[in-house]
Amino acid sequence: MTTPQLEITIAGIRMKNPVMVASGTFGYGPEYADIVDLNQLGALIVKGISLEPWGGNRTPRLVEVPGGLVNAIGLQNPGVQGFVEKYLPFLRHYDVPVIVNIWGKTADDYAEVAARLDGVPGIAGLEINISCPNIKAGGSAFGTNLEATARVVSAVRRRTRLPIIPKLAPNVSDIAAFARCCVDNGADALSLINSYPAMVIDIESRRPVLANVTGGLSGPAIHPIAVKLVYDVARAVDVPLIAVGGVTQARDALEFIIAGATAVAVGTANFTEPLTALQVVEGIRHHLEAHGLASIGSLVRTVRL
Amino acid sequence: MHVENGLVVAHDPMGAAYRVLTLRLPTIAAKARPGQFVHLRLAMLSDAVLRRPFSIYGVDGDMLSILYKTVGRGTAAMKDIQPGATLSAMGPLGNGFPLPAAETTTVPVLVAGGYGVAPLYFLATRLPRTGLLFAGGATSADILCVDRFQALGWEVRLATDDGSLGTHGLVTAPLDSWLADARREPEFFACGPNGMLRAVGERAIAGGWKGWLSLDRHMGCGVGACLACVQTIRKDGAETLARVCKEGPIFEAREVVWE
Repeated sequence: MTTPQLEITIAGIRMKNPVMVASGTFGYGPEYADIVDLNQLGALIVKGISLEPWGGNRTPRLVEVPGGLVNAIGLQNPGVQGFVEKYLPFLRHYDVPVIVNIWGKTADDYAEVAARLDGVPGIAGLEINISCPNIKAGGSAFGTNLEATARVVSAVRRRTRLPIIPKLAPNVSDIAAFARCCVDNGADALSLINSYPAMVIDIESRRPVLANVTGGLSGPAIHPIAVKLVYDVARAVDVPLIAVGGVTQARDALEFIIAGATAVAVGTANFTEPLTALQVVEGIRHHLEAHGLASIGSLVRTVRL
Repeated sequence: MHVENGLVVAHDPMGAAYRVLTLRLPTIAAKARPGQFVHLRLAMLSDAVLRRPFSIYGVDGDMLSILYKTVGRGTAAMKDIQPGATLSAMGPLGNGFPLPAAETTTVPVLVAGGYGVAPLYFLATRLPRTGLLFAGGATSADILCVDRFQALGWEVRLATDDGSLGTHGLVTAPLDSWLADARREPEFFACGPNGMLRAVGERAIAGGWKGWLSLDRHMGCGVGACLACVQTIRKDGAETLARVCKEGPIFEAREVVWE
């Protein structure tokens, strides 16, 4: 039989396969480029960028828990100008779509970052981070409030021609409402989920392990939560979904795709095994061949109830 | 940087609390420099999502060794690793110690706290000349590798918190005695607890000497992507955040901004 078709298109962004690397887990590209051929990724979603450089939270910023990580990095980044000058020239050497995760403290901040990236060569799309649990102003303060979500997404929509992909927070009572709100305000696709708000306490000192007190849980521990939320959102909106949350092997990615995602992003597993994304691509290919499926698209939203 | 599967060729106790793990890692071993580290995947911890970083203790041909102490869940699980097993290693990672030029007149002064001696032993095997090792630990059981340094021709001075070996007290005590009438300019290379590193750094700055400090911070990815292990450093008059795993783990004493 012929080789299965892995190529997909999300919001006009053509990808060689449906496996990206998730924001915050792959730096800005050079960090893993010695080991991972970036050209073989579906897309690269870079770490969150804000209008001005931002120092992030105090350390400790990261703690491992069974099946996951709780992090409170706090979106440390070089700012939009720093990103464009320092990292984008490197990324332009590769044939891989670059999706820039953006965030701000106000809706205007988000829109201004989007405007500064509009028309810059080498950027395929924007992921709007309205769901980071680790900053006091911005992040999930927007993504857990429908009015604020609408304000941010519409403000970004007005200032860029790039595809925009809001990243949804998992800690809301009705994620479908947030998905619809984003689409109504101009979102071309959605990504979900961000890390789940979490906390770890040292029982000897009785202090929180993270300097930020709380953080966000990621990794295999949140995968079934993410599958459920992708399933919910897929029934609510028609735009393509990028599923994020605990993908470590092809089985996890396929589960997401069957639940309703068009593509997935590998996050925490990059730290365990940097080649995970490429291994997931191979695993998907193998699964399609084994089941006589012609394309990955034929699996999307095929969950049988 | 490479990811390589390493065959375990030896795993031996060193005293009561320490172990030396030797892996066949030809690609990483060929490129490894003193002060760099390897990031090991401990597959026996099936629910772990992070690798564990270890300073490189020695390189011999294709073989690379680490010297470690059981300090947490990862190192506790490592005790059952048997020769013949395979471990995935990423490396070599980090910047490593700068090696002084052959014509330099400074005397290398290594300062170690406990198993902080590991990267310093690798350094001693690569330095163009011998010098002095000052090693401190809680008890005599925490003083490691003395005979190995002596076999390389190094002078060794010791201190223990309980007085069971060497000077009773901190490693800075024998170091200060030596500095009081040192006839040659020292260049410090240190690895150990923060208090010790800071004390060595203060002496380097006060004397106008170079001091290279190997910082230990809780790491995630090991390659500069996750930004977990940041340290405030002073460079060209401005304070910035450096990634200990990438721009470090070795920093010059004047760069480090202690909290």
